[in-house]
Amino acid sequence: MAKRQKNRLAEGGCIDRSKPLAFEFNGRKLQGFAGDTIASALLANGISTVSRSFKYHRPRGVFSAGVEESGGLLTVTSGNGDIPIVRSTLTALAEGKIIRSQNCFPSVNFDLGRSLDFSHRLWSTGFYNKTFKWPHWRWYEATIRRLAGLGKLASGEDNTGYFHHNLHCDVLIVGAGPAGLAAALSAANSGARVVLAEQEHEVGGSLLRQAAEIDGLEPDPWIAATLATLRQSGNVTVMTSSTVCGYYDHNVLTIADRSDAGVKRFWKVRTKQVVLATGAIEQPLVFCNNDRPGIMLAASAMAYVHRYGVRPCASMLVATNNDSAYAAAFSLHDHGVQIPAIVDVRENIAPALVQQADQRGIPIMPGSVIIDTAGFRRLSKARIGRLSKDAQTVLPASRWIRCSGIAMSGGFNPTLHLYSQAGGKLHYNVQLACFLTATCAQQVLVAGAANGRFLLPDALAESVQAGAQAAGNAGFECRPVAISTSVAGSYALQANRISPAGDTHRQWVDWLHDVTVADIEQAAQENFVSVEHMKRYTSAGMSVDQGKTSNLNALTLLAGLTDKPIEEVGTTTFRPQFMPLPMGVIAGQRRADFYQPARLLPAHDWHLAKDAVFEDYGAWRRPEYYAGNGKDRAEAIRAEVLSVRRNAGLFDGSPLGKIEVKGPDAGDFLNRIYVNNIQTLKTGHIRYGLMLNENGIIIDDGVCARLEDELYLLSTTAANADRIGGWLEEWHQCEWPHLELLISPVTSQWAVITIAGPDSRYILQSIDSDIDFSAESLPHMSLSTGVFAGVDARVQRVSFSGEMSFEISVAAKHGQTVIEHLLASSAHLKPVGIEAILVLRTEKGYLHVGADTDGTSNALDVGFAGIVAKKQTDFVGKRSLLRARDQSAERRQLVGIEAVDKHENLQAGAHFVTTDGAAQRSEGMVTSACYSPTLQRIIGLGMLEKGFARKGETVTVFDAGRTFSARITDPVFYDPAGERLHA
Amino acid sequence: MLQITCPYCGCRDETEYSFGGESHVSRPAPDAGDAEWSDYLFNRSNPRGIHYERWQHRFGCGRWFNIARDTVSHEIYATYEMGDARPDLPGKADN
Ligand SMILES: [Zn+2]
Repeated sequence: MAKRQKNRLAEGGCIDRSKPLAFEFNGRKLQGFAGDTIASALLANGISTVSRSFKYHRPRGVFSAGVEESGGLLTVTSGNGDIPIVRSTLTALAEGKIIRSQNCFPSVNFDLGRSLDFSHRLWSTGFYNKTFKWPHWRWYEATIRRLAGLGKLASGEDNTGYFHHNLHCDVLIVGAGPAGLAAALSAANSGARVVLAEQEHEVGGSLLRQAAEIDGLEPDPWIAATLATLRQSGNVTVMTSSTVCGYYDHNVLTIADRSDAGVKRFWKVRTKQVVLATGAIEQPLVFCNNDRPGIMLAASAMAYVHRYGVRPCASMLVATNNDSAYAAAFSLHDHGVQIPAIVDVRENIAPALVQQADQRGIPIMPGSVIIDTAGFRRLSKARIGRLSKDAQTVLPASRWIRCSGIAMSGGFNPTLHLYSQAGGKLHYNVQLACFLTATCAQQVLVAGAANGRFLLPDALAESVQAGAQAAGNAGFECRPVAISTSVAGSYALQANRISPAGDTHRQWVDWLHDVTVADIEQAAQENFVSVEHMKRYTSAGMSVDQGKTSNLNALTLLAGLTDKPIEEVGTTTFRPQFMPLPMGVIAGQRRADFYQPARLLPAHDWHLAKDAVFEDYGAWRRPEYYAGNGKDRAEAIRAEVLSVRRNAGLFDGSPLGKIEVKGPDAGDFLNRIYVNNIQTLKTGHIRYGLMLNENGIIIDDGVCARLEDELYLLSTTAANADRIGGWLEEWHQCEWPHLELLISPVTSQWAVITIAGPDSRYILQSIDSDIDFSAESLPHMSLSTGVFAGVDARVQRVSFSGEMSFEISVAAKHGQTVIEHLLASSAHLKPVGIEAILVLRTEKGYLHVGADTDGTSNALDVGFAGIVAKKQTDFVGKRSLLRARDQSAERRQLVGIEAVDKHENLQAGAHFVTTDGAAQRSEGMVTSACYSPTLQRIIGLGMLEKGFARKGETVTVFDAGRTFSARITDPVFYDPAGERLHA
Repeated sequence: MLQITCPYCGCRDETEYSFGGESHVSRPAPDAGDAEWSDYLFNRSNPRGIHYERWQHRFGCGRWFNIARDTVSHEIYATYEMGDARPDLPGKADN
């Protein structure tokens, strides 16, 4: 049986007492009502300590009733496991919720981490940068990591549905408090398509926590009538539990929508106009031990009474620097909360307020501040001191007042995170002691409390105009509605928030990251006086609340410490997200198989049936090797290499990039793109080519075939196909648009089947075809077309293995049948995977761009000096190769390498190191290495300083702490004369 | 996220385009001196204000074209074809 809700009022609030909801908190069975948030239900049950703080593990209670919450960040168990850092103040209570405190061990009321608090002077700002250096950070890391962080992530599969949507509208209004509702009425009345987004689960904002009369109605009926009007207009979409998190260029905003249980939606909204009616966040006061459970913001305390029918505490001291907290004090008093006193920093208080306080018997202490609090586990008393005349110090006499809670108000700061994200600049307003908007290049208006209109009549008057103006800016006729309110009110803030007495190590500025006044002082002392540096050094404002309650006080302190006005200190820039989002919301459906859809070979099913072990190479899923008869990886690759060297292998090269270039100027164009001469390439022939960028750096290689007089087919490395296609387009369209040609990427139109090995010709000749495969008709680097195995085919005699090799291209749809036909025709033909091909090319010393070369390798470094010198005409990158640095003999150049001790495990990534002189220095790297089954030893390729001139030299290789000797060789280990290639 | 008007297709989201850097950078002849060549390779105007740049409608028609964009406000003042001269933008002075 759930306990009675001891702090619940008998009546009032937007909750439904006929719908009780059972829930569990730290194992205790409790009850709340429909309409409660988790926080209000906890307070209703008299739970004061709900969590432990981040660094010092101090007990913390519910601090607010909104997005600025710092104490009530809890872990909620759902069907998907634990969700940490749930804002209990924004999350609606639901039947059966299981809720736990986080950051405590073994329990929230007895936490061993609290010892960190008792030794707090050891853990000041920058403590781990300075302290955990000896013997090594690794020695401390595990312990620190366990103590750090907020809650723990669930592991395992997340079954939440994450969806992305797009939305287009004329006016997006952010926030559905009084300002947002008023703006929506006017914008809709003007005929605009309006989206009204509210982050709480119901609309109303500050109206839900105060007594007011609007258009002759109480807040609740006015809100209901307004919603009905908006719905009737037919052009307004109202979204609740929907937080606008990001404001990007050209009026794109993102909304995290939690309104459906089990589903999280992320909306991308493109809107003509934005109205920010985001309200303002109440700022805390800074005094000693201002973080005890029971201490909360005054407007929030009022919200618990009005909106949820909950008494936050039995007795609450009210502390303020402005008039707004008086409404809270009176309201709390009228609902049965004892108010021992109102502590006001101001000397002069409006007579009307004094009179109302007198009527209720509430003493006012003017010119006073709280200087300390005390209590075990929860607050029991507060010490009040009187300010000196200049308000810079506290007079010696002070007194303790008993209370179980404190409702404090340091005034309001507009919620302008989105404005700042939009590129807007903020300026400090001295009178209101807060930041207001200055300028923004985007189509955005700011209205209501977000624009410093903290009194309801001002906010409403401004917002009806803003809504109409936004519609007008979007091209509609401005038709503002009229709203009347009888509430007057006053604000009269005095800008003191920081109590000038007590131990600054115990005065919290950022509750979430446990940043105190002392930390800001230390940052200033160590010269972190730029606001951005101070923020990063102390981490104030960097936690999940992103400075919502800490920024202003931290800036005020920094201004005081550096003797500058706040407007000169400036403020930090806000960036998305406005509040933390689960990564799943951002990822949406783009995860697992949808993250990067795999490209499958045309004959994928056939490879699967042949026991191919697949690996992702770029976007392509390709056979790495074939694991028939239980062979292990190395054994399988070895057998595949030998089958190519001894008989013949079949390799599926379909991902090879293929680009057709067609037109009268195609040859001229390609001659400007390739290092190699294309102008002398005859129809029916093929040439190897290297492509450079304008810096002379190698970006790709492949062969270029002249299929017809005005039609060329380029092949690129598989991973580069899209990039090179784009590269060609850019040069054609932007640099040489007068050349007549068309560029068509055709990679996926063709299946490419390579048959390589001494038996390859004999195998192909056994297939029904009109193509002549003889050495005379089809020599190396030539091509032929015809019918092959019943389908149209093009055969290119090119090789990446060093053996006689034929590349057969057929329409992709025929790929699998042609492969099956070939395999059935000869017992000597074996499928080979990409790993075997990489061994074969290393044996032959063929370059693998991106493996053997990097962003520093130019054409001369891989032995192209002769070709570059011979080519008369210009090509991309040529001019750069003429620079002295590019021609230097000191550069790293392509070499072959083999270990002197043939059992030594030569690995790619090892360094060549100097042995002379004091300090060893790298003079290059091993870029490829493998065991060669053909040569029966480990061989490799590398880039070595002055490598061309060092063949035969013995060098020292450094790899993972070991050194050994290796010999520099020619890169071509296999068939250097090319007899097998040309057979 | 910018909204860019392709001269051939119309108004589309930035995700359909790819950025190609400053436009109107002329490529020196092959016999250019080192200073001129390195200026072409490495130096760009990087203005605060109007930037003339080229974009490709990569996931659309594939065409390259030019844009005059304000690097402070991201406002796009003009879109024009490759090969066209910089447009006159009265009242939008380079700052
Ligand atoms: Zn287009």
